[in-house]
Amino acid sequence: MASEAHASEGATSYIVHHLTPLTVGEGFWTLHLDTLFFSALLGGLFIWFFKVAAERATVGVPGLMQNFAEMLVEFVDQQVKDSFHGQSKLIAPLALTVFCWVFLMNFMDLFPVDLMPGVGSVMGVEYLRVVPSTDLNATFAMSISIFILIIFYSIKIKGGWGFAKELMFQPFGPWLLPFNLLLKLVEEIAKPISLALRLFGNLYAGELIFILIALLPWYVQPFLSFPWAVFHILIITLQAFIFMVLTIVYLSMAHEDH
Amino acid sequence: MSINLTLVGQMITFTLLVWFTMKYVWPPLFDALEERKKKIADGLAAADQGNQQLDRAEKKSKDILKDAKSQSAEIINMAQKRASEIVDESRVEAKVEGERLLTSAKSQIEQELQQTREKLGKEVSDLAIKAAEQILQEEIDKTKHQAILKKATAELGKLK
Repeated sequence: MASEAHASEGATSYIVHHLTPLTVGEGFWTLHLDTLFFSALLGGLFIWFFKVAAERATVGVPGLMQNFAEMLVEFVDQQVKDSFHGQSKLIAPLALTVFCWVFLMNFMDLFPVDLMPGVGSVMGVEYLRVVPSTDLNATFAMSISIFILIIFYSIKIKGGWGFAKELMFQPFGPWLLPFNLLLKLVEEIAKPISLALRLFGNLYAGELIFILIALLPWYVQPFLSFPWAVFHILIITLQAFIFMVLTIVYLSMAHEDH
Repeated sequence: MSINLTLVGQMITFTLLVWFTMKYVWPPLFDALEERKKKIADGLAAADQGNQQLDRAEKKSKDILKDAKSQSAEIINMAQKRASEIVDESRVEAKVEGERLLTSAKSQIEQELQQTREKLGKEVSDLAIKAAEQILQEEIDKTKHQAILKKATAELGKLK
């Protein structure tokens, strides 16, 4: 019994260790260094790839890199055209950034759970959580930035009074003003929260399952982690896609004048 | 799992990424795509146009060939006509020439005949005179009977 309890304690501490970020600071003034580092690294990778592709972009026969970049650009552009009917220089590049960055951050999930923390511990880094999208700070940072854009465009397109009227008089008319206001505020605030929590929840759960699989005996692990990883390829792409599409949809709603 | 300063750092990172994409990544890639689209459309249109031109050229060449054939047939016709004309003309000419030659030969023959007759008549009259002279050596005075002789000569000449 004692050994079992010890084992479960070991498992718990293993899981907790894997899910604890590398931090600096206290309280609110804490920085998750691993999240910041990996997201910046992946963002840099994304920027580098697309910058090179953009610099080498020719009208003639495209190279492999340009082809891939153009494929993504066309894919994102199609999504934007499908749901957004206004004119905006921001939305398409924003959607491309969201899609690629979220995808790359999610992709870190597919690396073996012990690989980078192991390397880190050898190098003297005690805690290392490599998937930035399992950090609420990362997902909320994106969704709150998008929320700010939603508010900004709502006011810019509809005007301050127009936006206020929409909040007060819809959907039930001016007689139910407080009720409308409450409903609308909840609706607006639910946008960033649902965006952030959906991505965080999916990736956190996925990572947790990888960690749990890693606790099993070695001969069982491949049979579980391989299918889960394959399934996860779908999940990380899908989550990146959902985040992007919802960003476009929310911003196009902000652009629509009733 | 706590919300902390990382959020602000992430927001700054995100903003920078979006700004960079908007400024340096999206426009050139999108422009290249659009331009290529246009280029391909232009190429297809040019191919279409080329096909149409080819069709037109084929039709034109057919027309030209047809024209040339009819023209050549016409030329051959004309040439044949001309040739038969020439043959006819030369036939007529030959006939005319032959007749002319014939008449000139006839007139020559006539002339020669005349001359021979004259000559003959003269000789006959000379001979007759000589014979008469022989016979009438003494009696006939040449000068005296000149008029008679002349008359006889003239009459002989008429006989021709």
